[in-house]
Amino acid sequence: MRATRVSFMLLFVVLLSVFASAQLTPWNKLTFPPLPAFQPQEPTRIQLANGMVIFLQPDHELPLISATAMVRGGSISEPAEKTGLVSLYGDVWRTGGTKAKTGDQMDDFLEARAAKIETSDGADSTSISLNCLKGDFDAVFEMYLDLLHNPDFRADKLELAKRQAYTGIARRNDEVSSIVGRESARLAYGKDNPFAREEEYATIAAVKREDLVAWHKQYTNPNNIIFGISGDFDPKEMEAKLRKAFEEWPKGPQAKDPDIKFAGAKPGYYFVLKSDVNQSSIAMVDLGIRRDNPDYFAVSVMNEIFGGGFSSRLFNNVRATKGLAYSVGGGVGSSFNHPGMTRIQMQTKSESTVSGIQALYEEIDLMHGKAPDSIELKRAKDQILNSFIFRFDTPGKVLREKMTYEFYHYPLDFLERYRGEIEKVTADQVQQVAR
Amino acid sequence: MKHSVARVVVLLLMAMTLPLVAQDLASFENRVTVRTLPNGLTVIILRRPEAPVFSFFTMVDTGSSQDPLSKTGLAHMMEHMAFKGTPDIGTTNYAEEKVALAKVEQAYAAYEAERIKRMDRDPQKLAQLQKEWQDAIAAADKFVIKNQFGEIVESHGGVGMNAFTTYDETGYLYSMPSNMIELWAAIESDRFANPVMREFYKERNVVMEERRMRTDSDPTGRLVEQFLGTAFAANPYHRPTIGYPSDLQSFSATDAENFFHRYYVPSNMVIALVGDLDPNTVMPIVEKYFGQLPTNPKPTELTTVEPPQNSVREVKMNDMAQPIYVEGYHRPSYLDPDDAVYDAITDIMSNGRTSRMYRSLVRDQKIAAAAAGFSGFPGTKYAHLFAFYGVPLPGHTNAEMQKAIQEQIQKLKTEDVSDEELQMFKTRTKADLIRGLASNQGLAQQLAIYQTRYGDWRELFRYLEKVDKVQKADIRRVANKVFTDSNRTVGSIETVSEPAAPAAKGGN
Repeated sequence: MRATRVSFMLLFVVLLSVFASAQLTPWNKLTFPPLPAFQPQEPTRIQLANGMVIFLQPDHELPLISATAMVRGGSISEPAEKTGLVSLYGDVWRTGGTKAKTGDQMDDFLEARAAKIETSDGADSTSISLNCLKGDFDAVFEMYLDLLHNPDFRADKLELAKRQAYTGIARRNDEVSSIVGRESARLAYGKDNPFAREEEYATIAAVKREDLVAWHKQYTNPNNIIFGISGDFDPKEMEAKLRKAFEEWPKGPQAKDPDIKFAGAKPGYYFVLKSDVNQSSIAMVDLGIRRDNPDYFAVSVMNEIFGGGFSSRLFNNVRATKGLAYSVGGGVGSSFNHPGMTRIQMQTKSESTVSGIQALYEEIDLMHGKAPDSIELKRAKDQILNSFIFRFDTPGKVLREKMTYEFYHYPLDFLERYRGEIEKVTADQVQQVAR
Repeated sequence: MKHSVARVVVLLLMAMTLPLVAQDLASFENRVTVRTLPNGLTVIILRRPEAPVFSFFTMVDTGSSQDPLSKTGLAHMMEHMAFKGTPDIGTTNYAEEKVALAKVEQAYAAYEAERIKRMDRDPQKLAQLQKEWQDAIAAADKFVIKNQFGEIVESHGGVGMNAFTTYDETGYLYSMPSNMIELWAAIESDRFANPVMREFYKERNVVMEERRMRTDSDPTGRLVEQFLGTAFAANPYHRPTIGYPSDLQSFSATDAENFFHRYYVPSNMVIALVGDLDPNTVMPIVEKYFGQLPTNPKPTELTTVEPPQNSVREVKMNDMAQPIYVEGYHRPSYLDPDDAVYDAITDIMSNGRTSRMYRSLVRDQKIAAAAAGFSGFPGTKYAHLFAFYGVPLPGHTNAEMQKAIQEQIQKLKTEDVSDEELQMFKTRTKADLIRGLASNQGLAQQLAIYQTRYGDWRELFRYLEKVDKVQKADIRRVANKVFTDSNRTVGSIETVSEPAAPAAKGGN
């Protein structure tokens, strides 16, 4: 009986496979079922009386917990003569330890648990994060709170961070990519603009421990913080823990965005000579836009057509057709609270520098001159819309999106709106924004 | 088989004292389906229904180590060509294009035969042959639909499309919405069943630009090429994966096609799929499409073994760049029973701010901006290097790096590591494994690599048993065996002259 069934099964499998191999459907004849409905889990938003915003995002897949506090205020708010202050702060906040424990003692404690507490810095924010196995959460969180409230910024670690910064300055002309990145920003924003200015030996040396202490006091306050936590926890219990930890924390000064002028790039050809390379790195730069610009959606579609990904015009024409570059791409940059940087870049062998620049101009002229045809427009929109799911396919990504919108005062459903607005973009709009 | 898997789970349970983890791993086992198709292709499907998406990783057990003599860079070139389409993808008329492509090969062979003549090369004839070759390329190009393969993937929601070539293997990867699984199977099987070498010579120029970017114009890239060329004599690890310029300028589409037929055979490939995929419906789809790959013998293994090094080797590069120091020691392949011991040494020497290299060279001696020791250089499949590097602070020298690194090695050879250090390594290895389970793409890559390297993906978890067995004495024993003077290759960049600080000059 059993043998019969097995042989029947075998026969069936054989038949099936013969049948199957005769029926290989070519890719363009395939039809697809609709994507199953997927509602990403939204984090719970809580605002405390002291202004701190908390997002809870339980995720029980793995026995891990991670949390990040985004703190308003970053390097664009530091004084020009102390450029690098926030970068040093983002490092020494953690390495300098707390009043109770040195940074080294924290390292020993955390690494023995494969846990992390780290701090970092950016243009408009700093952050302090933790990541641990759930069983270690209480102990790690206690240390996290200690570092949040009582950092000590020990002098030896400030010196260590300064030495690292000096090394960075000494080595910043070794690689073409770091030169072109730095100079592009200076040309697009202006060399004294806070988004482009560079650390120098003197500005690093000017930073004192008191500056870090003062920065912490001024910015790291509950009303400047958006705190997000995800992982394997009970949301009610966690909410109670966080309320206990943060509710009593008094408000401090409110961080303000600095008033920054953006003049735009001065047109011209700018050259940096580097004699030990056989390739030119070319960047065409300008100011980009803010994401709350109504053109943002048409710009997204244009970027996809022009320089985003394997099917863009730059990739097709400059790389595949002309074989001029391995690395080529770019588009109009966008940022949440200031104009992003528009950058079109390529690297090509020294002797084809001129033809490389011409190839980029050709593509720009084409983008200016003619609206994309319906096939190209559809392809670009399909690329954005069909891959949309990857913007929220993990609870952690959803949490980060929401925290970002909260931070920049964007509507929390910005991502959902984005999808709708992309669908509406027309070919004429794309040509308009290209101009 | 069942027995040993259960044992792994129990061991993990005991080791981690975290019942939840063990539950996850047990459920992990239940969610994996493995099948070897009649043509020899191994397929792994892991169901992870967190969101309606999936990722895949196709691993070809062939890398630049298999590049033929005088054709370095060919494995990497083949990887680029795998994006150029098939008779059904990337052409307006394959029948005519095929004829045109054959003419390109004929014309190139004639041109190349003249170009490589050592004597009596006729410049006029060469120019004529070059023109004929270029004309043939132009004729074939008329049929090309540019990057249609990438366009299909991206317009159907594919993200993260990429591929890479190492000395050991070639990998292909991206992610898609889960309703596109049949499209994925159709185009991915087509790409490896019927690749077309179109636009080969333009892509060769692209790869030359890649070489200029990664190697020629990058001080570290220049040093690594020289360093590996010195450390290895017999094993192909001495050659660059990207290829030497003269080889890149010489090999043909026919060479790439031959390479493909020899190495891209189903028995030499593993595909892992991870995501919202029901193996009951997905495996038949995979079998249907990938069943078309022709059965071919698995390529022969590389038999050359790097002979023992009996002398210190050194490569000192005078360069405009800031100084950097590296030294490497030969160690056996990943199959060596001490593999986990090397990982313990890497962890203790280099992992984070508690590591010995950081604490000694960076924190205490204040001579380096960064310093670490690591295994797996430049690959792991064959006997390779355990390497240490130091990046001197301004005003400090490579000689100081060497001395400080030697002191740390000496300590490893003469004193046991502490209980805390050893335990830290074990705890971190387990936690890293758990953290790695959160990503479809990361999991697909791990499963494919372990299935290829050990013949069983479960080794990804069994490895923890080996980690748990590492003792302090093992670390001393291995350090004494490997970190010897005559087994050392030293590499350094010594700065010759300060470049003028560049700033953009110009305007209008």
